[in-house]
Amino acid sequence: MDATSPRTLETAPPGDTELRRVSIDPLSRVEGHGKITLLLDADDRVQQVRLHIVEFRGFEKFIQGRPYWEVPVMVQRLCGICPVSHHLAAAKALDHVVGAERLTPTAEKVRRLMHYGQILQSHALHFFHLASPDLLFGFASDATRRNIVGIAAAYPEVARQGVLLRRFGQEIIRLTAGKRIHGTGAIPGGVNRALGDEERAALLAEIYTIIGWSRQSVHLVKRLHTADPELYDGFGTTPSNLLSLVGAGGALDFYDGRLRARDAGGKLLVDGCAVRNYPELIGEEVKPWSYMKFPFLAALGPERGWYKVGPLARVQNCDSIATPLAEAERREFVDHGQGRPIHAPLAYHWARMIEMLHAAEAIKNLLHDDELSGSELLTAGPRHHEGIGVIEAPRGTLIHHYQVDDDDLVTMCNLIVSTTHNNQPMNEAIREVARRHLDGRRLGEGLLNHIEVAIRAFDPCLSCATHALGRMPLEVELVDCLGQRIAQLRSSG
Amino acid sequence: MDARSLSIDGLPVPFDDGQTIMDASLAAGIFIPHLCHHPQFTPQGSCKLCTVRANGRYVSACTMPASEGMEVESNTPELNDKRRTMLQMLFVEGNHFCPSCEKSGDCLLQALAYELEMLGPHFPQFYPDRPVDASHPDVLLDFNRCILCELCVRASRDVDGKSVFALSGRGIGKHLIVNAESGRLADTDFSLADKAAHVCPVGVIIAKRRGFAVPIGQRRFDGEPISRRVDWLARRRADDEEEQ
Repeated sequence: MDATSPRTLETAPPGDTELRRVSIDPLSRVEGHGKITLLLDADDRVQQVRLHIVEFRGFEKFIQGRPYWEVPVMVQRLCGICPVSHHLAAAKALDHVVGAERLTPTAEKVRRLMHYGQILQSHALHFFHLASPDLLFGFASDATRRNIVGIAAAYPEVARQGVLLRRFGQEIIRLTAGKRIHGTGAIPGGVNRALGDEERAALLAEIYTIIGWSRQSVHLVKRLHTADPELYDGFGTTPSNLLSLVGAGGALDFYDGRLRARDAGGKLLVDGCAVRNYPELIGEEVKPWSYMKFPFLAALGPERGWYKVGPLARVQNCDSIATPLAEAERREFVDHGQGRPIHAPLAYHWARMIEMLHAAEAIKNLLHDDELSGSELLTAGPRHHEGIGVIEAPRGTLIHHYQVDDDDLVTMCNLIVSTTHNNQPMNEAIREVARRHLDGRRLGEGLLNHIEVAIRAFDPCLSCATHALGRMPLEVELVDCLGQRIAQLRSSG
Repeated sequence: MDARSLSIDGLPVPFDDGQTIMDASLAAGIFIPHLCHHPQFTPQGSCKLCTVRANGRYVSACTMPASEGMEVESNTPELNDKRRTMLQMLFVEGNHFCPSCEKSGDCLLQALAYELEMLGPHFPQFYPDRPVDASHPDVLLDFNRCILCELCVRASRDVDGKSVFALSGRGIGKHLIVNAESGRLADTDFSLADKAAHVCPVGVIIAKRRGFAVPIGQRRFDGEPISRRVDWLARRRADDEEEQ
């Protein structure tokens, strides 16, 4: 690795014992708890930057020994923003366990509607409540108004639309899952309810307004990019591989499909990979300073195999979007890259709003579909002992993997959560920001917020991301003050 | 003969010979909190949730015979405070994770906690280690949720004639056991058709592979609090499973 490699700031060079530690703790306007540490030398040169995930959740362990039908309801509790993603990924995995290889049309459409509602509300929450204060006021603007209340005062219509977009998505979740958060709609083999005609009519009455506002949201982000292309295209930009599901014909699909990976230049690395083969596709690395694992494409190894997931990966990994307004926006987005994939973290926001528009259009199509109100809700077939469910959650590819014994109890659970995939890209992005914007300068709140802006662009959910327990491959090193290793302990997975 | 009556919180309530305070209150549509009482079984007065003051004395409403002119206090702040405390003790003695429990919305313990406005456990959690018994092909036993009401014990013994369940141990060590040398439900003649499979007021005895099939909004206590389901509490019989 040469001196300009973006990975050089992961660990400070050994020998300098006078480094000053700056900590951003807690990380604000993200879901969950994390912190960022910087080590600076006497000249304020940045020597080390790390995103640490300091909370530990452990769902993989305590789901063991529980009955499988409880899992979709239990695991969604690991998140307060995108529980539907975990609810559906678990249900999809357990569909295989109950032999429901193909759901009834009503069940699949109700689940898709729930998922699109979830994408819409989560993307609206992230952009309007969490990210827009940075983008509309400036990264180093007055911290006291850099929040949704400040947005409501300065841009009341933007704030109003953001709140109502989210409300609409949550209402869809309520009608499909019984509650706006932590409902019970998806069960192994299908769903426990369909939508009534009155419920569909009530949503249809609002959907065209929602589509209009979603479209305006795309245009808002686009204006920000075109107003300051140097900032938006260059801030924290680190090229990497891209991973996501794609649906039939290479179309964007949040609910189902096969895994596809491209390299940083856009060349296909993997295509049509069945989700059951994810263990061969993805490896995971553990580092002693974070509870969050570092996944990578196994064929490329940890140094070259790390990848981005989420809206930026999905919108560029797919060949098309099935709904017309979002497809037009996708083409414009791709054109902005001038033939190469866009890797700018701030472009996540643009891609995220395109996805929100697609979700709104897809909701409209489903609401016009009478099968959404069908009565065939469940199906089953020969039992299996294992199930893998993969879904594109708002933040990226979400993998749930379970093994179930003859007595119906879960014996193994593996969760690879969207934010976990983005661990290395987030670390690289903040190192790039530190290198470009912080190096050699006296740090104040505004400059430190630059680091948080880069993290926020990925929309991480830190509480979702730390679950392995027990057989984690772990290496512990005892290092003296000069960086020399004194002792080492290693446990293999 | 003139109708005989007592009063509950000042309201006149008629009763017949042989009826308890609980019998009379259920027949009159008056709610007295309870967990271990079930109209089909001989009352045993163990949960103490139905404690009332009858002519100034603390008694269990489910075991105390009604008597002419008896003055019963039930829905008072003092008694409800004590009931709430008893509920909190039941919650911390077991592992009651309502958010992922399939009995949620249909659970008497949860419904009473809502009714009595229990806002937290108050006491330190015991977090007992109680592995589930999933050995039976149709029924799961999740001992984490047991409140020792003995309804399954009574139903299996008195209705099913099988005596599959019993309580063992004493004091804080008391726990539900299965009447088999192995201790496993699979090694008994228990059946999903048994009455005992359908009387558990919480989520210990669970029919397998049906969890969460009833959507939120249609569960027993989604529409009305337990205090307004006295009609259902009073008519619980062999139709427990079907009756919503």
